Amino acid sequence: MRLSEIAVPNTLLARVAEAWAGVPAFGWLFWLALAWIGMIVFAAGAADLLPLPSPTDMDMLARRAPSSFEHWLGTDRLGRDMLSRLVHGARISLTVAILAPLIGLLIGGALGILAGYFRGQLETLVVAGVDVLLAFPPLVLALAVMAYLGQTVANLTYIIGVLSIPAFTRVARAATLSIAKREFILAARAMGATELRILLRELLPNVILPLLAFFLLGVAVTIVVEGALSFLGLGVPPPAPSWGGMIGEGRESLEMAPRIALLPALFMFLTVLSFNVVGDTLRAHTDPRQGAA
Amino acid sequence: MTDLVSDSAPRAGTRVDAQPLLRVDDLVVEYALRGKTVHAVSGVSFALRRGETLGLVGESGCGKSTLARALVKLTLPRSGRVLFDGIDLTALSGPDLRALRQRFQIIFQDPIASLNPRRRVADLIAEPLRIAGVTDAAERQRRVIDVLAAVGLDAELALPRFAHEFSGGQCQRLCIARALILEPELIVCDEPVSALDVSIRAQIINLLEAMKARYGLTLLFIAHDLAVVKAVSDRVAVMYLGKLVEIAPTNRLFRGAGHPYTALLLQAIPRPDPEAPVPEHVPVGEPPSPLAPPSGCRFRTRCQRAAPRCRAEEPALQEIAPNQFVACHFPLAGDAPRGEAVP
Amino acid sequence: MGLASQRAARATPEETPLLALEDVAVELPSLRGVLRAVDGVSLELKAGRTLGIVGESGSGKTMLSRAVAQLLPRGAKLSGRVAFDGQILSELTPEALRRLRGRALAFIFQDPMTSLNPVLSIGSQLIETLREHLRLDTLSAQRRATELLGEVGIPSPEQRLKQYPHEFSGGMRQRVAIAIALSCEPKLLIADEPTTALDVTVQAQILDLLAREQRRRHMAMILITHDLGVVAGRTDEVAVMYAGRVVERAPTRRLFKAMRMPYTEALIAAIPELEAPPHTPLKAITGLPPDPTRRSPGCAFAPRCPRVGERCLAAAPPLAGDGVHDFACWNPLRPPA
Repeated sequence: MRLSEIAVPNTLLARVAEAWAGVPAFGWLFWLALAWIGMIVFAAGAADLLPLPSPTDMDMLARRAPSSFEHWLGTDRLGRDMLSRLVHGARISLTVAILAPLIGLLIGGALGILAGYFRGQLETLVVAGVDVLLAFPPLVLALAVMAYLGQTVANLTYIIGVLSIPAFTRVARAATLSIAKREFILAARAMGATELRILLRELLPNVILPLLAFFLLGVAVTIVVEGALSFLGLGVPPPAPSWGGMIGEGRESLEMAPRIALLPALFMFLTVLSFNVVGDTLRAHTDPRQGAA
Repeated sequence: MTDLVSDSAPRAGTRVDAQPLLRVDDLVVEYALRGKTVHAVSGVSFALRRGETLGLVGESGCGKSTLARALVKLTLPRSGRVLFDGIDLTALSGPDLRALRQRFQIIFQDPIASLNPRRRVADLIAEPLRIAGVTDAAERQRRVIDVLAAVGLDAELALPRFAHEFSGGQCQRLCIARALILEPELIVCDEPVSALDVSIRAQIINLLEAMKARYGLTLLFIAHDLAVVKAVSDRVAVMYLGKLVEIAPTNRLFRGAGHPYTALLLQAIPRPDPEAPVPEHVPVGEPPSPLAPPSGCRFRTRCQRAAPRCRAEEPALQEIAPNQFVACHFPLAGDAPRGEAVP
Repeated sequence: MGLASQRAARATPEETPLLALEDVAVELPSLRGVLRAVDGVSLELKAGRTLGIVGESGSGKTMLSRAVAQLLPRGAKLSGRVAFDGQILSELTPEALRRLRGRALAFIFQDPMTSLNPVLSIGSQLIETLREHLRLDTLSAQRRATELLGEVGIPSPEQRLKQYPHEFSGGMRQRVAIAIALSCEPKLLIADEPTTALDVTVQAQILDLLAREQRRRHMAMILITHDLGVVAGRTDEVAVMYAGRVVERAPTRRLFKAMRMPYTEALIAAIPELEAPPHTPLKAITGLPPDPTRRSPGCAFAPRCPRVGERCLAAAPPLAGDGVHDFACWNPLRPPA
């Protein structure tokens, strides 16, 4: 008996092609968001190679200058080039924004998967531990750590990362619980697979997508958190540029040159929005693929 | 007499041994639910001869799925033993158990959920081979293509695809292929066709029969549909609320059921024949909960023939006719009970 | 002139059908293109009669029932005429439709676990319907609710009123759903696979209950199922659906004894016979149901039909016959002499 109706392509390329054909899931907003992220990431990565003036060079003669040929987006109150600061700020903001949730993903994800798969005492322990962590007021904890251990980008990344662990644990555990009870896990066990093999080859490929989607949303949130801390002067230490810090510095120039505060705010807004859109789209797209009966 | 003998003998071509391939001794499986205990399987004993197909019927809550999983040690029993080819499964664990698993397999009710949605068919079917340590990729490929052909699927079309691209019936074929690839001796089929359409059901049943002949399998076929069970089984066992209430050769069971519950099941089957009179079903309520099974005979709350003895004393399986065992104080057909025996 | 109008012209005023479907089609959007779940169905049902709709998955039977109740999923496009009790349903205002549903037109779904609201007690769900449609005061509604539960065979109804769905078993829940459906004395009851999720012994009791209530209230009923055994003894007429169309329709006895469409014959043959000895090979239908997003020009059953001819691949046969027994086949089975 030949399969006669199999015509659904399932390679990524085919799906992209389907998307071009107008499948609603990957809409134009998604591609726009992806383009923005790509651009920002590239710019942040290649910051040193781009023909930009140094972000810390102060040109006292051209303070709060409007956009010109030398300074495409003008200068801030200390005469530093805005575009350059935005790009270098992107590098720092994105580094924190990606590395911090990565800590959450790796540690929280692993804990959640193990808790959800093995259940029993391990699960109780993990859930209790995560609850304890959640009980700490996050902002206070962040400030305390920064004050005690020093205000550096590294410490900032660590503390935000640790604070994001509970959320990832919950998502991972929930996804694992719903998948681990499906028959294909049982079937793998019935075939004689070791638990480790089941975890890596059967469970992980199914859990990784919702986790990844959640990770992208976590990136968006972290940008805002880091931005808020830096705005208060408690995040990335000056003179290193960061978007939040730039907004904070731009406060006093709001009457004379509002663009100094608004430009970083705009960049932050667009980046957060883009990560949210991409994360949301991926989440919506992967959920039905989980084989909902 | 010859009638009964031929009932229990499988078709020509399959090897039949006297030593049972699978023996179950007083198996008890319980699990906790919201603080209470569910008595899913309460002391079930039977033997499965090599080369035969044993059908197992029962309604929801009777414990047949739990029993199936306990037989392949996916669920741990609370007490009792399962012996596969003389080897005590309950005492086995770790690498020994995993190695033995190659000799018996299980197919589940939901074929689509039984396949990992993120892996391609080529991977899925080859997985048992990988686990068994077949490292030669070419050999794996060859065996996968062979077994796919055996179950009626075109390997070239199927291999690169994912499970969700197939229909329910085709997925079940894939599951059967996966179960067959290591050429096991026993396959436990847990309601393999209940989720499929009527026309596909027939295809899969025919396929299972063909595979049984080709690979010399022994089957435990679990279903709630008596007509389906009759089509494939040499013997039929009936379960009710965790207990085995009747076990007999197929023809014997259908012509002269011994247990009142079996008779109830037979009567309730809808026949596709408008001439057949629709019996006025006496409302006998619903099965009691496995959380609190009735004392004595568990069927007594729905039984027309219940007597005080049924509440006080739990009936044991007794041979009321050659090879027909019934757990009832007042069985329907057959001669007077001849005393206990393990079927 | 559609089939329904033809019959209406022939029928006397008293025989005007309660429900008349004319060329009803349902289109659903899907990732792979437009899916024609129901592809031009014309049916009618007189008051007090039972119609069985039989089909496998993908036949369109559920969508058809939803089309009748105008309960289609979002994005679905309905075309054709649905006339119920003299009114064209698509022309009614949403308010008028709402009043119709639950009152004159009742529905029972397949899964009793999800068709009842888990956070409301059984009583409140029953009483809500009674108060809404019959405008009863709370006390009378409560009394009627207790009566209804008793009528559907639920023991100790007064206590049960206060309980929640999860405290009932599957069969009991379905009885409650039936009680809710019957509470307002509907003229038509649509039961979509009401017993598929239930055990066989409970199934028999539920079907008995439905048949009894249907007779008592002189209610019209549509029984949708994939199980031919269910319709055999309990329906007046049967319509067999395949790939979104009705392929055969006849009074029940006639369908089983003198079927014309090969699919009907194959469907009946594929059921394992209780009388046959074990290990009898089953007469399976080869192949798969067609992909609903890809319509071929010919008969949808042609790729699997043992009697397929050239004409079958070229054009789809229309549903035709003597008005009592209709079938859609170019090469039908000969009727027994």
